[in-house]
Amino acid sequence: MMNSTRCAACKYLRRRCSPDCIFSPYFPPNNPQRFLEVHRIYGASNVAKMLEKAPVNQRAEAANSIHYEAHCRIKDPVYGCAGIITLLNQQINDAQCELAKIQAEIAALNGHHADILPPYQQITDASSFANYPVEGDGAFPATHDPSFPQFYLNS
Amino acid sequence: MGGSSPCASCKLLRRRCAKDCIFAPYFPPDDPHKFAIVHKVFGASNVSKMLQELPVQQRADAVGSLVYEANARMRDPVYGCVGAISYLQNQVSQLQMQLAVAQAEILCIQMQQQEPAALPTQLDVPDEKSLLLSTSTFNNLQPYLSFASSSTVMQDPLKRESLWT
Repeated sequence: MMNSTRCAACKYLRRRCSPDCIFSPYFPPNNPQRFLEVHRIYGASNVAKMLEKAPVNQRAEAANSIHYEAHCRIKDPVYGCAGIITLLNQQINDAQCELAKIQAEIAALNGHHADILPPYQQITDASSFANYPVEGDGAFPATHDPSFPQFYLNS
Repeated sequence: MGGSSPCASCKLLRRRCAKDCIFAPYFPPDDPHKFAIVHKVFGASNVSKMLQELPVQQRADAVGSLVYEANARMRDPVYGCVGAISYLQNQVSQLQMQLAVAQAEILCIQMQQQEPAALPTQLDVPDEKSLLLSTSTFNNLQPYLSFASSSTVMQDPLKRESLWT
């Protein structure tokens, strides 16, 4: 009975799966690949430490994010998740520029109705469209953070 | 590395820093925290294995990204840098929606300006004539309005339906 109910981690590590095994809720035996990937990148003991550090009610999320990062790292051994963040930041910058251009165009087309334009259509200088505010708080923590390393962009 | 001081890795691991130490180029002795954090999250042997599997010219970038992920995991033990990915993906979706709306608006304005006599001056004025015309206008705008939901931008970098499987 013990063999059939071991979690994927204990199966892989060839050890007894105790009732309080930290891995068993998050690494079921029917998905061995999931544990393989996290073990490959972090090692079982580091994964256990990370799970123990997370609050009990958030360990499932922690296990998921650890697996996601491990999976990203396996897919992209050089940049992992950091590469995805860089690409997303690039997409946000591009979309913001595009949006500003279009809104400038709208403002230009509606030039003679400037007094009834919605608040965000007040550009008069097209060259400043790159600094045009967008709806929402526009707060993208990583985009304008000078300390965030720009992976991919320099390679 | 001959007679010079051991790299940060070998200092922490308390071992001799060989001339061909794989860590030495990337973990100088004047920044011990950098290796400490990577070792804490990934483990020295795992980092060594990862670096060995990469061409030399890509190892510096790999170390940079590992340090970044390790720092993110220390700051946020539950989500690590995946929290940032989720947030940024949401921002991308919102911007796509805004782009679609703006593109639709331009199309409206351009159509208005082409046939100012035939089209209503404001689309939101619900009179009989404008209702008829706004239906055909709406049909022309459909491809733009559905742009945001059928995103070609990276909605799921790993081509999975959701962030978690």
